[in-house]
Amino acid sequence: MSQTESINSTIQQWTTICPLERILPNTGVCALVKDRQIAVFRVGEGTDVYAIDNYDPFSKAYVLSRGIVGDRNGIPKVASPIYKQNFSLITGECLDDLTIRLGTFPVQVVDGQVKVSS
Amino acid sequence: MTKRLVTIGNGMVGHRFLEQMAAKGADWELICFCEEPRVAYDRVNLSGYFAGKTAEDLSLVAPDFYKDNNIQVHIGDKAISIDRANKTVTSAKGVTISYDKLVLATGSYPFVPPIKGNDLPGTFVYRTICDLEATEAYTKDCKVGVVVGGGLLGLECANALQNLGLKTHVVEFMPRLMPVQIDDAGGATLRQKIEDLGIGIHTGKSTTEIVADEHGRVHKMQFADGTELLTDTIVFSAGIRPQDELARQCGLKIGDRGGISIDDNCQTSDPDVYAIGECALYNNQIFGLVAPGYRMAEVAADRLCGSEANNFTGADMSTKLKLLGIDVASFGDAFGKTAGSKVIAIDDAIAGTYKKLVVNQDGTRLLGGILVGDATVYGTLLQLMQNQMALPPHPEDLILPPRSGVSMAMGVEQLPDTAQICSCNNVTKGQICAAIQDQELRDIGSVKSCTNAGMGCGGCVPLVTDLLKAELKKAGIAVNNHICEHFAFSRQELYSLVRSQDIHSFQQLLDRHGTGRGCEICKPAVSSILASAWNDQILDPSHVSLQDTNDSFLANIQRDGTYSVIPRIPGGEITPEKLIVLGQVAKDFGLYTKITGAQRIDLLGARVDQLPLIWQRLVAAGFESGHAYGKALRTVKSCVGSTWCRFGVQDSVSLAIEVELRYRGLRAPHKFKSAVSGCTRECAEAQSKDFGIIATEKGWNLYVCGNGGMKPQHAQLLAADLDKETLIRYVDRFLMFYIRTANRLERTATWFNKLEGGMEYLQAVIINDSLGIAEELEAEMAHQVATYACEWDVTLKDPVKLQRFQHFVNTDAPDPNIVVVAERGQNRPVFEHERQLLQIDR
Ligand SMILES: Cc1cc2nc3c(=O)[nH]c(=O)nc-3n(C[C@H](O)[C@H](O)[C@H](O)COP(=O)(O)OP(=O)(O)OC[C@H]3O[C@@H](n4cnc5c(N)ncnc54)[C@H](O)[C@@H]3O)c2cc1C
Ligand code: HEM
Ligand code: SF4
Ligand code: SF4
Ligand code: FES
Repeated sequence: MSQTESINSTIQQWTTICPLERILPNTGVCALVKDRQIAVFRVGEGTDVYAIDNYDPFSKAYVLSRGIVGDRNGIPKVASPIYKQNFSLITGECLDDLTIRLGTFPVQVVDGQVKVSS
Repeated sequence: MTKRLVTIGNGMVGHRFLEQMAAKGADWELICFCEEPRVAYDRVNLSGYFAGKTAEDLSLVAPDFYKDNNIQVHIGDKAISIDRANKTVTSAKGVTISYDKLVLATGSYPFVPPIKGNDLPGTFVYRTICDLEATEAYTKDCKVGVVVGGGLLGLECANALQNLGLKTHVVEFMPRLMPVQIDDAGGATLRQKIEDLGIGIHTGKSTTEIVADEHGRVHKMQFADGTELLTDTIVFSAGIRPQDELARQCGLKIGDRGGISIDDNCQTSDPDVYAIGECALYNNQIFGLVAPGYRMAEVAADRLCGSEANNFTGADMSTKLKLLGIDVASFGDAFGKTAGSKVIAIDDAIAGTYKKLVVNQDGTRLLGGILVGDATVYGTLLQLMQNQMALPPHPEDLILPPRSGVSMAMGVEQLPDTAQICSCNNVTKGQICAAIQDQELRDIGSVKSCTNAGMGCGGCVPLVTDLLKAELKKAGIAVNNHICEHFAFSRQELYSLVRSQDIHSFQQLLDRHGTGRGCEICKPAVSSILASAWNDQILDPSHVSLQDTNDSFLANIQRDGTYSVIPRIPGGEITPEKLIVLGQVAKDFGLYTKITGAQRIDLLGARVDQLPLIWQRLVAAGFESGHAYGKALRTVKSCVGSTWCRFGVQDSVSLAIEVELRYRGLRAPHKFKSAVSGCTRECAEAQSKDFGIIATEKGWNLYVCGNGGMKPQHAQLLAADLDKETLIRYVDRFLMFYIRTANRLERTATWFNKLEGGMEYLQAVIINDSLGIAEELEAEMAHQVATYACEWDVTLKDPVKLQRFQHFVNTDAPDPNIVVVAERGQNRPVFEHERQLLQIDR
């Protein structure tokens, strides 16, 4: 036997949070999905969207959706508006302190609506 | 045929061992038994589970690591016997596997004291994720929890119970907390700090019985001194015992008090069997920390791959932890057991800190110590001890608060290359420096991922950062003046590109002159340049994503994510009617009010959704934005001047108001401030401002490039006895020249200090127009003044811009995390420790 844990095949639940145009290009919004605060970012002008925790572990405030979106060496990231640590939008990892990693969430744009799964 | 290596235990050390084997590309068939229902996770950070981390977050195993490296892991299957004669292992699920070599990494188990009732429903231990899941489920309807054991783990466990919302007590058999690591005085300081957090501490208590309620569940504890403690649940954290059951059963050599005996090669009494981690006993010592276990894993892996390079020679048990937010560190000979050693201790009851150094007889070498309440010097002390470096003539300076002017910190340059910087992962200074040089590492993130330093407890990160800085400096990697990785230009160069090429958006500039998507450094800087150049509204759609949160919500963010509101009060003059409006608005929205140092009024604690409602009221009453959030003009402070003051020679208030209204909203490389005094007595402190004006009998003196703050600097006289028109013209030129030529976030004082030619040069440019740009500068300023609009007024009129002033995009609810408490009759945000006391979830 090798390490084969059964893959959870339950159907993913998607929550519609807002129309895409509510998220201005290269900014974020915060959505409340099943009591969890999720920061959703739109990178560029198109439908490239990412979702990570809205919680900033450094300031302990729920503010990441209000950070500046950008990239470091090509990795899309957001900078906390409070003390400016950067978080990868792909992995949720803090790029300035690799011991810290935020949750990431599946997110997609369907018929112009942004949907998140938590 | 490939030989087979079986590992028993897939904990932190067992996994590290397999990683090492994979990394060395060993020619072994690797099989591992893993008793727990999941592969290795970060037990050191187990408590993070209660702080919201999931089992996945804690996992130490990279996805597919075992599959990719062909390692068979039998998850949820415990090895139950070893047959050394036939060289086989049998598991609980009935699998029997033969081995060529065997590695025991079975860790340890929690010791539960033999007390009557120690197995009642409601009693738990604190070792595995399963333990935590069970504790969490049970405590859902509990109010009180007791931790038995006041050691390291017990205190961490108490923190966890408190996070679960229980009124928490710690019961310790010994007369003080953390008896193993710290002495009586340190224990007392720690106790005081923990009691301040609302945790009950009961030391010197021997439990005789745990009594059940009518449902047979934990109800109370009885102590030998006749006292009792009511509780709903009990977690035992009274020490660990090496898990040596299998080794005993197959007849390996075991220590008197348990533990599988190993030698320098991590071999047991049977050369085909190795033992590593907490189950192993070396020199009659068990190592209850992960770093020594990792060292053993390396040594065993080396041996099995045929290398003799590396021996296990024991390990340092120094620790630094944050327990319940309190720093505690203990290192080396903490109790002064070395013959002739001397102790220097500072017990600061006011600061709540206790610091102790143990030094050798002649006071030249550090042997050990204890730090409670503040362990910032731990890294330095540990290095001094480990490298046996000479102590400074007054070793007490190492633990005293720094006296002004004397810097005690030891530079990283003084450390030898062999100095171990990261004890978790055994990384030396030499290795870190080599990696920085060879792999051209430039930021702390890549130093960590390339060297592994700082990837354990994180305690060494400040030292690693210092090393990086020192190395870069040494290599002469003079931080070039490029603003960031996205633009190979300085701010000044970008400014002239924007103006000369008529660039009006960040995207345009990025397309023509930059790469990537930008970041939190270049975006606000370019936005400020665009504002200085064209004065477009900062919340226009093409600019909004460039702004720091302060600019993008036109208010200053505070530590809890709320904002402060500072309306403009030009010159500090305000009517009673307006004062009443401010008071009424603050009252209606529950805001905290304070007078700032800049003669205006700060209303703090506004939620993002309240900002437009507040500003609607303020704008209606005739207020406008004070730009306290922007890199822009703050305020022009004034004294009452000749209108009232018996010494005044000019009307300082009128001039201050005029100047403030002229430059309000002007964006610059940094914020800038001004003041006007009505006579030479200088009550408005104008000489500490970016530009200050002082009245004379004949007109006005103009001072520039002063600064308060961290590095105060007096402003210097640019021109004297000016009439008002000339004064304003000079200020126009001065400010625009600064905006053109300063670096990002460079105040006028710093800018001036770098200006070649100093004041004479500046006077030549401003007064004599030596560069022939005076007219241009004035025209640029005229454009700014003519196009000013209050940002709040503009925003309130635009429903699309207002949409962003909402915490959640999908509900009108405010941020539930914002909680205030009353202090001196006003609201202020809670502090973290109060959240725990108030039992607020996050
Ligand atoms: C709450 C907590 C906080 C801690 N904090 C720190 C800290 O800050 N710093 C520090 O250095 N250390 C800390 N430690 C100690 C650290 O976790 C241990 O030193 C480390 O986990 C030891 O690794 P190990 O692999 O030897 O044992 P473990 O990680 O315990 O792994 C042993 C594994 O073997 C399995 N096993 C046992 N018997 C069998 C069998 N017969 N068959 C199959 N599998 C078996 C066990 O189920 C277990 O999964 C902490 C420990 C705890 C519990
Ligand atoms: C890098 C250094 C500085 C930082 C990060 C800083 C930060 C801040 C912040 C965040 C505020 C706004 C507080 C609020 O939200 O209400 C503020 C306001 C203020 N600061 Fe500083 N400050 C710095 C330097 C200075 C200096 C050098 C001085 C004095 C010479 C100063 C004097 C003030 C004053 C007077 C206010 C109130 C401003 C107003 O009424 O608009 N600060 N500062
Ligand atoms: S600076 Fe002169 S005019 Fe102004 S208050 Fe002081 S003494 Fe009066
Ligand atoms: S002095 Fe420090 S704490 Fe006070 S307002 Fe300025 S930055 Fe904040
Ligand atoms: S010492 Fe723990 S991570 Fe370096």
